[in-house]
Amino acid sequence: MKTCLIVDDSRVIRKVSRHMVEAIGLAVEEAANGQEALDACAQAMPDVILLDWNMPVMSGIEFITRLRASPGGEAPKVVFCTTENDAAHIREAVQAGANEYVMKPFDHETLQIKLQLVGVA
Amino acid sequence: MSAQEDSISYRIIADLLEARTGQQIDRGRRWRIPTTLATVFRKRGISNVDQLVCLLASPGEERLADEVVEALLNNETYFFRDRAMFDQLDDHVLPTLREKRAMRKRLNIWCAGCSTGQEPLSLAMLFRSQKALWDGWTIDIVATDISSKAIATARRGIYSQFEVQRGLSVTQMLTHFEETPEGWKVDPALRAMIRYRERNLLEMMDPDQRFDLVLCRNVLLYFDRPTRSRAFDIIHKTMADDGWLMLGAGETASSLTSRLAHVPNTIGLHQPVGLMPAKRQAI
Ligand SMILES: C[S@@+](CC[C@H](N)C(=O)[O-])C[C@H]1O[C@@H](n2cnc3c(N)ncnc32)[C@H](O)[C@@H]1O
Repeated sequence: MKTCLIVDDSRVIRKVSRHMVEAIGLAVEEAANGQEALDACAQAMPDVILLDWNMPVMSGIEFITRLRASPGGEAPKVVFCTTENDAAHIREAVQAGANEYVMKPFDHETLQIKLQLVGVA
Repeated sequence: MSAQEDSISYRIIADLLEARTGQQIDRGRRWRIPTTLATVFRKRGISNVDQLVCLLASPGEERLADEVVEALLNNETYFFRDRAMFDQLDDHVLPTLREKRAMRKRLNIWCAGCSTGQEPLSLAMLFRSQKALWDGWTIDIVATDISSKAIATARRGIYSQFEVQRGLSVTQMLTHFEETPEGWKVDPALRAMIRYRERNLLEMMDPDQRFDLVLCRNVLLYFDRPTRSRAFDIIHKTMADDGWLMLGAGETASSLTSRLAHVPNTIGLHQPVGLMPAKRQAI
Protein backbone atom coordinates (compact mmCIF):
# COMPACT_ATOMS: atom_id res chain seq x y z
CA MET A 1 0.00 0.00 0.00
CA LYS A 2 1.33 3.46 -0.90
CA THR A 3 1.81 5.96 1.88
CA CYS A 4 0.71 9.57 2.20
CA LEU A 5 1.97 12.12 4.71
CA ILE A 6 -0.55 14.88 5.42
CA VAL A 7 1.11 18.06 6.65
CA ASP A 8 -1.31 20.66 8.00
CA ASP A 9 -1.54 22.56 11.27
CA SER A 10 -5.32 22.23 11.34
CA ARG A 11 -6.47 19.04 13.00
CA VAL A 12 -9.83 19.31 11.23
CA ILE A 13 -8.26 19.59 7.79
CA ARG A 14 -5.97 16.65 8.56
CA LYS A 15 -8.99 14.61 9.54
CA VAL A 16 -10.97 15.50 6.40
CA SER A 17 -7.98 14.90 4.12
CA ARG A 18 -7.19 11.61 5.86
CA HIS A 19 -10.72 10.47 5.19
CA MET A 20 -10.47 11.26 1.47
CA VAL A 21 -6.96 9.84 1.04
CA GLU A 22 -7.80 6.60 2.83
CA ALA A 23 -10.88 6.22 0.64
CA ILE A 24 -8.57 6.48 -2.38
CA GLY A 25 -6.58 3.58 -0.93
CA LEU A 26 -3.44 5.06 0.63
CA ALA A 27 -2.07 4.61 4.15
CA VAL A 28 -1.92 7.94 5.99
CA GLU A 29 0.53 9.54 8.43
CA GLU A 30 0.07 13.05 9.81
CA ALA A 31 2.34 15.93 10.75
CA ALA A 32 1.24 19.27 12.23
CA ASN A 33 4.08 21.37 10.81
CA GLY A 34 7.07 21.30 8.49
CA GLN A 35 9.57 20.25 11.15
CA GLU A 36 7.46 17.30 12.24
CA ALA A 37 7.10 16.38 8.59
CA LEU A 38 10.87 16.51 7.99
CA ASP A 39 11.37 14.25 10.99
CA ALA A 40 8.78 11.82 9.65
CA CYS A 41 10.46 11.82 6.22
CA ALA A 42 13.86 11.15 7.82
CA GLN A 43 12.34 8.02 9.36
CA ALA A 44 10.64 6.83 6.17
CA MET A 45 9.97 8.66 2.92
CA PRO A 46 6.26 8.55 2.04
CA ASP A 47 5.15 8.09 -1.57
CA VAL A 48 3.25 11.36 -1.54
CA ILE A 49 2.96 14.40 0.70
CA LEU A 50 -0.13 16.64 0.94
CA LEU A 51 1.28 19.95 2.03
CA ASP A 52 -0.32 23.07 3.47
CA TRP A 53 1.32 26.46 2.85
CA ASN A 54 0.87 28.53 6.00
CA MET A 55 1.96 26.68 9.11
CA PRO A 56 3.72 27.64 12.32
CA VAL A 57 7.37 26.57 12.85
CA MET A 58 8.07 26.08 9.13
CA SER A 59 6.08 27.07 6.03
CA GLY A 60 5.20 24.60 3.30
CA ILE A 61 7.68 26.25 0.92
CA GLU A 62 10.51 26.04 3.43
CA PHE A 63 9.62 22.42 4.07
CA ILE A 64 9.68 21.39 0.41
CA THR A 65 12.93 23.28 -0.20
CA ARG A 66 14.60 21.43 2.65
CA LEU A 67 13.01 18.13 1.73
CA ARG A 68 14.21 18.32 -1.87
CA ALA A 69 17.75 19.11 -0.67
CA SER A 70 17.84 16.17 1.74
CA PRO A 71 19.05 12.64 0.86
CA GLY A 72 16.22 10.75 -0.85
CA GLY A 73 14.09 13.88 -0.67
CA GLU A 74 13.58 13.95 -4.45
CA ALA A 75 11.48 10.83 -4.32
CA PRO A 76 8.15 11.74 -2.71
CA LYS A 77 5.56 13.42 -4.86
CA VAL A 78 4.46 16.66 -3.26
CA VAL A 79 0.95 18.01 -3.71
CA PHE A 80 0.32 21.43 -2.21
CA CYS A 81 -3.13 21.65 -0.65
CA THR A 82 -3.78 25.23 0.34
CA THR A 83 -5.98 28.31 0.34
CA GLU A 84 -3.21 30.25 -1.44
CA ASN A 85 -4.97 30.36 -4.78
CA ASP A 86 -3.22 32.81 -7.08
CA ALA A 87 -0.98 32.00 -10.02
CA ALA A 88 2.09 33.57 -8.37
CA HIS A 89 1.89 31.24 -5.38
CA ILE A 90 1.25 28.27 -7.62
CA ARG A 91 4.30 29.03 -9.77
CA GLU A 92 6.42 29.52 -6.67
CA ALA A 93 5.38 26.10 -5.37
CA VAL A 94 6.11 24.40 -8.68
CA GLN A 95 9.50 26.08 -8.84
CA ALA A 96 10.27 24.87 -5.33
CA GLY A 97 9.64 21.31 -6.49
CA ALA A 98 5.91 20.68 -6.04
CA ASN A 99 4.43 18.11 -8.43
CA GLU A 100 0.81 19.17 -8.11
CA TYR A 101 -1.29 21.89 -6.55
CA VAL A 102 -4.79 21.77 -5.11
CA MET A 103 -6.63 24.92 -4.06
CA LYS A 104 -9.02 24.63 -1.12
CA PRO A 105 -11.90 23.96 -1.30
CA PHE A 106 -11.70 20.82 -3.40
CA ASP A 107 -13.70 17.61 -3.66
CA HIS A 108 -12.88 13.92 -3.67
CA GLU A 109 -12.79 13.81 -7.49
CA THR A 110 -10.25 16.61 -7.72
CA LEU A 111 -7.93 15.08 -5.14
CA GLN A 112 -8.20 11.61 -6.63
CA ILE A 113 -7.29 12.87 -10.10
CA LYS A 114 -4.35 14.85 -8.72
CA LEU A 115 -3.09 11.72 -6.95
CA GLN A 116 -3.52 9.79 -10.19
CA LEU A 117 -1.62 12.45 -12.09
CA VAL A 118 1.39 12.07 -9.77
CA GLY A 119 1.14 8.29 -10.09
CA VAL A 120 0.17 7.24 -6.57
CA ALA A 121 -3.53 6.42 -7.01
CA MET B 1 -41.68 6.57 -1.68
CA SER B 2 -44.29 8.99 -0.40
CA ALA B 3 -47.43 9.67 -2.34
CA GLN B 4 -46.21 13.19 -2.95
CA GLU B 5 -43.58 12.17 -5.50
CA ASP B 6 -46.30 10.31 -7.34
CA SER B 7 -48.56 13.34 -7.39
CA ILE B 8 -49.76 14.95 -10.56
CA SER B 9 -47.62 18.07 -9.98
CA TYR B 10 -44.38 16.11 -9.80
CA ARG B 11 -45.41 14.24 -12.94
CA ILE B 12 -46.14 17.46 -14.78
CA ILE B 13 -42.66 18.77 -13.99
CA ALA B 14 -41.02 15.48 -15.00
CA ASP B 15 -43.06 15.46 -18.23
CA LEU B 16 -42.06 19.03 -19.00
CA LEU B 17 -38.38 18.12 -18.77
CA GLU B 18 -38.85 15.00 -20.86
CA ALA B 19 -40.83 16.76 -23.55
CA ARG B 20 -38.22 19.47 -23.90
CA THR B 21 -35.01 17.42 -23.58
CA GLY B 22 -35.66 13.69 -23.57
CA GLN B 23 -34.29 13.51 -20.01
CA GLN B 24 -36.43 11.43 -17.65
CA ILE B 25 -36.74 11.77 -13.92
CA ASP B 26 -37.92 8.37 -12.83
CA ARG B 27 -40.18 8.08 -9.80
CA GLY B 28 -37.36 7.12 -7.48
CA ARG B 29 -35.58 10.41 -8.14
CA ARG B 30 -38.54 12.77 -8.11
CA TRP B 31 -38.15 13.60 -4.44
CA ARG B 32 -35.15 15.72 -5.44
CA ILE B 33 -37.22 18.08 -7.59
CA PRO B 34 -37.92 20.70 -4.86
CA THR B 35 -34.24 20.85 -3.80
CA THR B 36 -33.09 21.16 -7.41
CA LEU B 37 -35.60 23.94 -7.98
CA ALA B 38 -34.83 25.80 -4.73
CA THR B 39 -33.47 28.86 -6.57
CA VAL B 40 -36.51 29.05 -8.85
CA PHE B 41 -38.82 28.72 -5.82
CA ARG B 42 -36.99 31.49 -3.97
CA LYS B 43 -37.07 33.83 -6.96
CA ARG B 44 -40.82 33.38 -7.34
CA GLY B 45 -41.60 33.36 -3.62
CA ILE B 46 -43.13 29.90 -3.71
CA SER B 47 -42.40 26.87 -1.59
CA ASN B 48 -43.66 23.75 -3.31
CA VAL B 49 -44.19 21.94 -6.59
CA ASP B 50 -47.97 22.39 -6.59
CA GLN B 51 -47.57 26.16 -6.48
CA LEU B 52 -45.02 25.96 -9.27
CA VAL B 53 -47.41 24.04 -11.51
CA CYS B 54 -50.12 26.68 -10.89
CA LEU B 55 -47.68 29.42 -11.81
CA LEU B 56 -46.62 27.57 -14.95
CA ALA B 57 -50.23 27.58 -16.11
CA SER B 58 -50.61 31.33 -15.53
CA PRO B 59 -50.53 33.74 -18.43
CA GLY B 60 -47.29 35.67 -18.86
CA GLU B 61 -45.15 32.93 -17.33
CA GLU B 62 -43.81 31.41 -20.54
CA ARG B 63 -40.19 31.99 -19.47
CA LEU B 64 -40.73 30.07 -16.24
CA ALA B 65 -40.85 26.72 -18.04
CA ASP B 66 -37.44 27.48 -19.58
CA GLU B 67 -36.05 28.29 -16.15
CA VAL B 68 -37.43 25.09 -14.66
CA VAL B 69 -35.97 22.98 -17.47
CA GLU B 70 -32.58 24.70 -17.13
CA ALA B 71 -32.53 24.08 -13.39
CA LEU B 72 -33.43 20.41 -13.76
CA LEU B 73 -30.65 19.64 -16.25
CA ASN B 74 -27.61 18.00 -14.73
CA ASN B 75 -24.58 19.90 -16.03
CA GLU B 76 -21.97 17.96 -14.07
CA THR B 77 -18.69 17.86 -15.98
CA TYR B 78 -14.96 18.32 -15.57
CA PHE B 79 -11.81 18.49 -17.62
CA PHE B 80 -10.53 15.19 -19.09
CA ARG B 81 -13.37 13.33 -17.39
CA ASP B 82 -12.42 9.64 -17.47
CA ARG B 83 -8.86 10.23 -18.56
CA ALA B 84 -8.51 6.68 -19.85
CA MET B 85 -10.99 7.60 -22.58
CA PHE B 86 -8.93 10.55 -23.70
CA ASP B 87 -5.90 8.24 -23.73
CA GLN B 88 -7.84 6.02 -26.15
CA LEU B 89 -8.39 8.95 -28.45
CA ASP B 90 -4.73 9.79 -28.23
CA ASP B 91 -3.48 6.24 -28.74
CA HIS B 92 -5.87 4.89 -31.36
CA VAL B 93 -8.58 7.14 -32.73
CA LEU B 94 -6.56 10.23 -33.61
CA PRO B 95 -3.63 8.32 -35.21
CA THR B 96 -6.16 6.42 -37.36
CA LEU B 97 -7.94 9.59 -38.38
CA ARG B 98 -4.68 11.34 -39.11
CA GLU B 99 -3.83 8.60 -41.56
CA LYS B 100 -7.25 8.40 -43.18
CA ARG B 101 -7.72 12.15 -43.52
CA ALA B 102 -4.15 12.86 -44.56
CA MET B 103 -5.25 14.18 -47.95
CA ARG B 104 -8.01 16.43 -46.68
CA LYS B 105 -6.17 17.55 -43.57
CA ARG B 106 -9.42 18.34 -41.86
CA LEU B 107 -11.24 16.84 -38.90
CA ASN B 108 -14.85 17.53 -38.02
CA ILE B 109 -15.68 16.86 -34.39
CA TRP B 110 -18.96 17.15 -32.52
CA CYS B 111 -19.31 17.30 -28.75
CA ALA B 112 -22.99 16.62 -28.11
CA GLY B 113 -24.06 17.67 -24.62
CA CYS B 114 -20.89 19.65 -23.93
CA SER B 115 -22.26 21.37 -20.80
CA THR B 116 -20.04 24.29 -19.75
CA GLY B 117 -17.25 23.47 -22.18
CA GLN B 118 -14.77 21.37 -20.20
CA GLU B 119 -15.09 18.45 -22.62
CA PRO B 120 -14.43 20.28 -25.91
CA LEU B 121 -11.66 22.28 -24.21
CA SER B 122 -10.03 19.02 -23.12
CA LEU B 123 -10.08 17.94 -26.77
CA ALA B 124 -8.62 21.26 -27.86
CA MET B 125 -5.82 20.85 -25.29
CA LEU B 126 -5.15 17.37 -26.59
CA PHE B 127 -4.68 18.69 -30.13
CA ARG B 128 -2.55 21.52 -28.91
CA SER B 129 -0.27 19.14 -27.02
CA GLN B 130 0.39 17.45 -30.38
CA LYS B 131 0.75 20.65 -32.32
CA ALA B 132 3.50 19.43 -34.64
CA LEU B 133 1.44 16.41 -35.72
CA TRP B 134 -1.51 18.56 -36.77
CA ASP B 135 0.43 21.33 -38.45
CA GLY B 136 -1.54 22.56 -41.46
CA TRP B 137 -4.74 20.77 -40.41
CA THR B 138 -8.13 22.33 -39.77
CA ILE B 139 -9.61 20.95 -36.56
CA ASP B 140 -13.24 22.01 -36.38
CA ILE B 141 -14.90 21.31 -33.04
CA VAL B 142 -18.64 21.98 -32.78
CA ALA B 143 -19.93 21.76 -29.24
CA THR B 144 -23.66 21.77 -28.52
CA ASP B 145 -25.91 21.67 -25.49
CA ILE B 146 -29.60 22.22 -24.93
CA SER B 147 -28.91 24.42 -21.90
CA SER B 148 -28.55 28.07 -22.85
CA LYS B 149 -26.94 28.77 -19.47
CA ALA B 150 -24.31 26.09 -19.99
CA ILE B 151 -23.55 27.35 -23.49
CA ALA B 152 -23.28 30.94 -22.23
CA THR B 153 -20.76 29.83 -19.60
CA ALA B 154 -18.84 27.81 -22.17
CA ARG B 155 -18.71 30.77 -24.56
CA ARG B 156 -17.45 33.03 -21.82
CA GLY B 157 -14.61 30.62 -21.03
CA ILE B 158 -14.11 31.73 -17.44
CA TYR B 159 -13.99 29.07 -14.75
CA SER B 160 -14.03 29.17 -10.98
CA GLN B 161 -11.08 27.99 -8.96
CA PHE B 162 -13.02 24.85 -8.11
CA GLU B 163 -13.79 24.09 -11.76
CA VAL B 164 -10.41 24.88 -13.24
CA GLN B 165 -8.48 22.45 -11.08
CA ARG B 166 -11.03 19.67 -11.49
CA GLY B 167 -9.33 17.23 -13.84
CA LEU B 168 -6.42 19.39 -14.96
CA SER B 169 -2.80 19.05 -13.96
CA VAL B 170 -1.21 22.16 -12.50
CA THR B 171 0.88 22.51 -15.66
CA GLN B 172 -2.19 22.35 -17.92
CA MET B 173 -3.90 24.93 -15.73
CA LEU B 174 -1.00 27.36 -15.82
CA THR B 175 -0.43 26.81 -19.55
CA HIS B 176 -3.97 27.25 -20.79
CA PHE B 177 -5.58 29.58 -18.26
CA GLU B 178 -4.97 33.07 -17.04
CA GLU B 179 -5.98 34.29 -13.63
CA THR B 180 -8.37 37.28 -13.92
CA PRO B 181 -10.52 39.08 -11.35
CA GLU B 182 -13.58 37.17 -12.62
CA GLY B 183 -11.92 33.77 -12.53
CA TRP B 184 -9.61 31.59 -14.59
CA LYS B 185 -9.90 32.61 -18.22
CA VAL B 186 -9.12 30.08 -20.91
CA ASP B 187 -6.56 31.02 -23.55
CA PRO B 188 -8.57 32.72 -26.32
CA ALA B 189 -6.74 30.73 -29.01
CA LEU B 190 -7.87 27.47 -27.41
CA ARG B 191 -11.40 28.79 -27.00
CA ALA B 192 -11.38 29.81 -30.67
CA MET B 193 -10.96 26.18 -31.74
CA ILE B 194 -14.56 25.54 -30.61
CA ARG B 195 -17.88 26.69 -32.07
CA TYR B 196 -20.57 26.57 -29.38
CA ARG B 197 -24.24 26.14 -30.33
CA GLU B 198 -27.39 25.87 -28.27
CA ARG B 199 -29.15 22.81 -29.65
CA ASN B 200 -31.26 19.79 -28.78
CA LEU B 201 -29.43 16.72 -29.98
CA LEU B 202 -32.76 15.04 -30.70
CA GLU B 203 -33.28 17.53 -33.49
CA MET B 204 -31.43 16.72 -36.66
CA MET B 205 -28.18 18.54 -37.38
CA ASP B 206 -27.26 19.80 -40.80
CA PRO B 207 -27.96 16.71 -42.96
CA ASP B 208 -24.79 17.19 -45.00
CA GLN B 209 -22.59 17.16 -41.94
CA ARG B 210 -20.21 14.22 -41.62
CA PHE B 211 -18.34 14.07 -38.36
CA ASP B 212 -15.13 12.10 -38.00
CA LEU B 213 -15.54 11.97 -34.25
CA VAL B 214 -18.60 12.45 -32.04
CA LEU B 215 -18.45 12.65 -28.25
CA CYS B 216 -21.76 12.13 -26.48
CA ARG B 217 -20.83 11.32 -22.94
CA ASN B 218 -23.05 11.14 -19.88
CA VAL B 219 -25.97 12.70 -21.77
CA LEU B 220 -28.17 9.80 -22.88
CA LEU B 221 -28.13 8.15 -19.44
CA TYR B 222 -31.54 9.50 -18.48
CA PHE B 223 -33.27 9.04 -21.83
CA ASP B 224 -35.69 6.14 -22.03
CA ARG B 225 -34.76 3.34 -24.43
CA PRO B 226 -36.80 4.49 -27.45
CA THR B 227 -35.44 8.02 -27.11
CA ARG B 228 -31.90 6.72 -26.75
CA SER B 229 -32.39 4.65 -29.91
CA ARG B 230 -33.60 7.74 -31.70
CA ALA B 231 -30.58 9.70 -30.48
CA PHE B 232 -28.22 7.01 -31.76
CA ASP B 233 -29.89 7.03 -35.16
CA ILE B 234 -29.55 10.80 -35.35
CA ILE B 235 -25.91 10.66 -34.31
CA HIS B 236 -25.25 7.86 -36.78
CA LYS B 237 -26.64 9.96 -39.64
CA THR B 238 -24.14 12.71 -38.86
CA MET B 239 -21.12 10.39 -38.79
CA ALA B 240 -18.64 9.64 -41.51
CA ASP B 241 -18.77 5.97 -42.55
CA ASP B 242 -15.48 5.36 -40.82
CA GLY B 243 -16.09 7.88 -38.04
CA TRP B 244 -16.02 7.25 -34.31
CA LEU B 245 -18.50 7.79 -31.50
CA MET B 246 -17.27 8.00 -27.94
CA LEU B 247 -19.89 7.49 -25.24
CA GLY B 248 -19.39 7.81 -21.48
CA ALA B 249 -17.43 5.21 -19.53
CA GLY B 250 -20.44 3.10 -18.56
CA GLU B 251 -22.52 3.62 -21.69
CA THR B 252 -23.20 1.48 -24.73
CA ALA B 253 -25.24 1.66 -27.92
CA SER B 254 -25.52 -2.12 -28.12
CA SER B 255 -29.10 -3.39 -28.31
CA LEU B 256 -30.36 0.15 -28.90
CA THR B 257 -29.36 0.56 -32.52
CA SER B 258 -28.30 -1.75 -35.28
CA ARG B 259 -26.32 1.01 -36.92
CA LEU B 260 -23.49 1.37 -34.43
CA ALA B 261 -21.24 -1.30 -32.99
CA HIS B 262 -19.03 -1.21 -29.96
CA VAL B 263 -15.36 -1.44 -30.91
CA PRO B 264 -13.98 -4.47 -29.07
CA ASN B 265 -11.59 -3.86 -26.18
CA THR B 266 -12.41 -0.18 -25.86
CA ILE B 267 -14.30 1.88 -23.31
CA GLY B 268 -17.33 3.39 -24.98
CA LEU B 269 -15.99 3.61 -28.55
CA HIS B 270 -18.44 2.83 -31.35
CA GLN B 271 -18.27 2.82 -35.15
CA PRO B 272 -20.94 2.57 -37.84
CA VAL B 273 -21.91 -0.94 -38.78
CA GLY B 274 -21.18 -1.83 -42.37
CA LEU B 275 -17.55 -1.09 -42.14
CA MET B 276 -15.89 -4.27 -43.36
CA PRO B 277 -14.83 -6.18 -40.24
CA ALA B 278 -11.24 -6.00 -41.46
CA LYS B 279 -11.50 -2.26 -41.78
CA ARG B 280 -12.94 -1.69 -38.34
CA GLN B 281 -10.13 -0.79 -36.05
CA ALA B 282 -10.13 -3.35 -33.28
CA ILE B 283 -7.92 -2.08 -30.52
C1 LIG C 1 -23.92 15.43 -17.23
S1 LIG C 1 -23.58 16.62 -18.49
C2 LIG C 1 -22.23 15.84 -19.33
C3 LIG C 1 -21.25 16.83 -19.91
C4 LIG C 1 -20.05 16.22 -20.62
N1 LIG C 1 -20.45 15.55 -21.85
C5 LIG C 1 -19.32 15.27 -19.73
O1 LIG C 1 -19.39 14.05 -19.94
O2 LIG C 1 -18.64 15.74 -18.81
C6 LIG C 1 -24.96 16.36 -19.59
C7 LIG C 1 -25.29 17.54 -20.49
O3 LIG C 1 -26.21 17.12 -21.50
C8 LIG C 1 -27.09 18.18 -21.76
N2 LIG C 1 -28.31 17.65 -22.40
C9 LIG C 1 -29.31 16.96 -21.82
N3 LIG C 1 -30.26 16.66 -22.72
C10 LIG C 1 -29.85 17.18 -23.91
C11 LIG C 1 -30.41 17.21 -25.22
N4 LIG C 1 -31.59 16.65 -25.50
N5 LIG C 1 -29.70 17.84 -26.19
C12 LIG C 1 -28.51 18.41 -25.93
N6 LIG C 1 -27.95 18.42 -24.71
C13 LIG C 1 -28.61 17.81 -23.70
C14 LIG C 1 -27.31 18.82 -20.40
O4 LIG C 1 -27.76 20.16 -20.52
C15 LIG C 1 -25.92 18.70 -19.76
O5 LIG C 1 -25.16 19.86 -19.97
